[in-house]
Amino acid sequence: MSGRQSGDQGAERRRDRGPCKRAAGLAVLLLLAIGTPLMGAGSITDNSMELPGSREIWQVMTLRDYNTRVVVLGTASLGLAAGMIGTFMLLRKRALLGDALSHATLPGIAIAFILMASHGGDGKHLGGLLLGAAATGLLGVGCILLIRRFTRLKEDAALGIVLSVFFGLGVALLGVIQKMGTGSAAGLESFIYGKTASMLASDARIIGVTALVVAVACALLFKEFTLLCFDPAYARTGGWPVVLLDLTLMTFVTAVTVIGLQAVGLILIIAMLIIPPAAARFWTERLLWMLVLSALIGALSGMIGAAASALVPRMPAGAIIVVTASLLFTVSLLFGTSRGALRRWSQRRELNRKIERQNLLRAVYELTEDGLRGDVSTASLMGKRAWTPRELARLMRLAVREGSAVDLPGGMLRLTEDGADEARRLVRNHRLWEMYLITHADVAASHVDRDADAIEHVLGREMVSKLERALEEKQQSAVPRSPHTIGE
Amino acid sequence: MEPNTLKLGTDQQPELHEHSQDAPLAIHDMTVAYHRKPVLWDVDLDVPEGKLIGIVGPNGAGKSTLIKAVMELVPKASGRVMIYGKPYRKQRHLVGYVPQRESVDWDFPVSALDVVAMGRYGRIGWFRPVRKADRDAAMEALDRVGMAEFARRQISQLSGGQQQRVFLARALVQDARLYMMDEPFAAVDAATEQAIVRILHDLRGRGRTVLVVHHDLQTVPEYFDHVILLNMRVVAHGPVSEVFTPENLQKTYGGRLTLLDEAGEALRRGGGKP
Repeated sequence: MSGRQSGDQGAERRRDRGPCKRAAGLAVLLLLAIGTPLMGAGSITDNSMELPGSREIWQVMTLRDYNTRVVVLGTASLGLAAGMIGTFMLLRKRALLGDALSHATLPGIAIAFILMASHGGDGKHLGGLLLGAAATGLLGVGCILLIRRFTRLKEDAALGIVLSVFFGLGVALLGVIQKMGTGSAAGLESFIYGKTASMLASDARIIGVTALVVAVACALLFKEFTLLCFDPAYARTGGWPVVLLDLTLMTFVTAVTVIGLQAVGLILIIAMLIIPPAAARFWTERLLWMLVLSALIGALSGMIGAAASALVPRMPAGAIIVVTASLLFTVSLLFGTSRGALRRWSQRRELNRKIERQNLLRAVYELTEDGLRGDVSTASLMGKRAWTPRELARLMRLAVREGSAVDLPGGMLRLTEDGADEARRLVRNHRLWEMYLITHADVAASHVDRDADAIEHVLGREMVSKLERALEEKQQSAVPRSPHTIGE
Repeated sequence: MEPNTLKLGTDQQPELHEHSQDAPLAIHDMTVAYHRKPVLWDVDLDVPEGKLIGIVGPNGAGKSTLIKAVMELVPKASGRVMIYGKPYRKQRHLVGYVPQRESVDWDFPVSALDVVAMGRYGRIGWFRPVRKADRDAAMEALDRVGMAEFARRQISQLSGGQQQRVFLARALVQDARLYMMDEPFAAVDAATEQAIVRILHDLRGRGRTVLVVHHDLQTVPEYFDHVILLNMRVVAHGPVSEVFTPENLQKTYGGRLTLLDEAGEALRRGGGKP
């Protein structure tokens, strides 16, 4: 945007230096908090671009400096709240609705400014601006829901229309405001990209209270939101007011968006809602942990972003917050213990190894099956499968090392007692599964680990004995008996 | 949602035929429409207590719509529905619902046990967390469908049939008197099919009433006591032995069965020729 400074450099206003009191309780509702009178933002940027020295870094990191403390705590609470409510928004598949919502706040800001300025008031009364933002934000969401409901347009079209129309309207209104010639109009653009440094203690308090309300709501409504996100139809049959719950969820998303406008800006706030939960998902399969991790990732991003912008003047905090969050996302994507790429890769490798090993055991078993219990030559194994001599040699070495086979001179291999048991079990399972697929091909049992899940547990004992009979009839050689008692 | 139809219904006596006051489910002249096109016309039937009832009909016959309309998941254009003599919204706790498996995203970060515990949410009430007693009940329900050992597994790591059994367990943990199941037998493995049949018999043994949307005509006489033949209207309903006849099936499936028959006939004749 323009390199314009915040408009009120001239009159540096006294900062609210009161202690950052904890909110008395939940009675302080969000709208009340937003309505709290606030004087405009003061600029604390200076124009030097020197890199920070170690003393400054130390000061910022230990939150010595009052302004830094305010900003860091503010953005950290913002990240925490966004991470929590974002988790449910993501699971409700409303991520893009949040984006449309944040863009739709711009005309509200402009309209609120025009209204307040034309009534002789201070056009930049923050509470008023944020109320306006919330109003058109919700209006935008309402338009999307109406378009989806009463036209045959799909959700993505409705989102695109509302997002661009509202944002365009907002930009146009900002143009009108500049023409109005009110001197204090400048600085409204900071809502687009955010201006963390202008955060006051009272702003931080609003963010803190909102974060607290969101956190308590997520805790109280954890079960209700879970049901809403997982199976809304079932929730309705149970009498849960799904529309009301949806509305509650979107209201909290709106609240977080609006309080984040100042710090991160309306273009980037969506990142704080989506990236932390998306990153958290790579680490866990449990919703509660996802919620906690997402809150932590959000808070951490907020802290680091604000600290960095305090150290390097003119560094836009919103952008750094988002960059930090996306770094954490990338780390999660790669190293996440539950769904990370590395973990998936190693799982696939493990699976491939397991299959290769089983192939060897099965091959040896099948070669020795017809009563000729004894040794198997490398040459006969080579004929069994399409493996290269090197692969086979490696597999044989592994089998010997794990004790399922012994190496005999002359390239011969013999299964140990354990190895033979294992091989018999494998062959039996595979033959039964094949029989199952032949006889019941219409209902494939997907997602079944043919070796880890005992076949009886998946198909039932009755079915297994039926399959065993079918297999016996088909082959002269009987199915190898299970080394375990069936159904244990 | 549709206050006028409900209010009208409550104190009006039906003229066409006498409905029993305490039937598990009484549907009075119900018509349901999607996008201005009616999908169900004038459905009027009583469901007897303690029976297993199959709902059968061709694709698009409105089988799922029927049970969804009963549970007010889709709005009725007209008519009313009574559960044990009262409107659905007063009797929710008596009704257990097993939706189609495809209706949810199984990638959701919850375990099988978590999903089953959702059947207790109504009893737990607002704002309270799931407690040990609820988890124990959920565990017991999982055990009944043969899934106890999979309780901790994230639900995408279950097979299709196992997911179906999780949904069944979620309805069981509610301990309802009337169950609505939407295609529970669709594409499930043999163990699941057996488990569902076992549970159905168990429910009937305890006097529960179960409506099952079903698509496999062959198994109808084996699984169900009663059958509702549906094709946008109720073609016939009653005990399987009386109602599940070739003539009624003909009326339900119309040309489609006829075509099959003709094809079969042609094959037979063709095969018979030297």
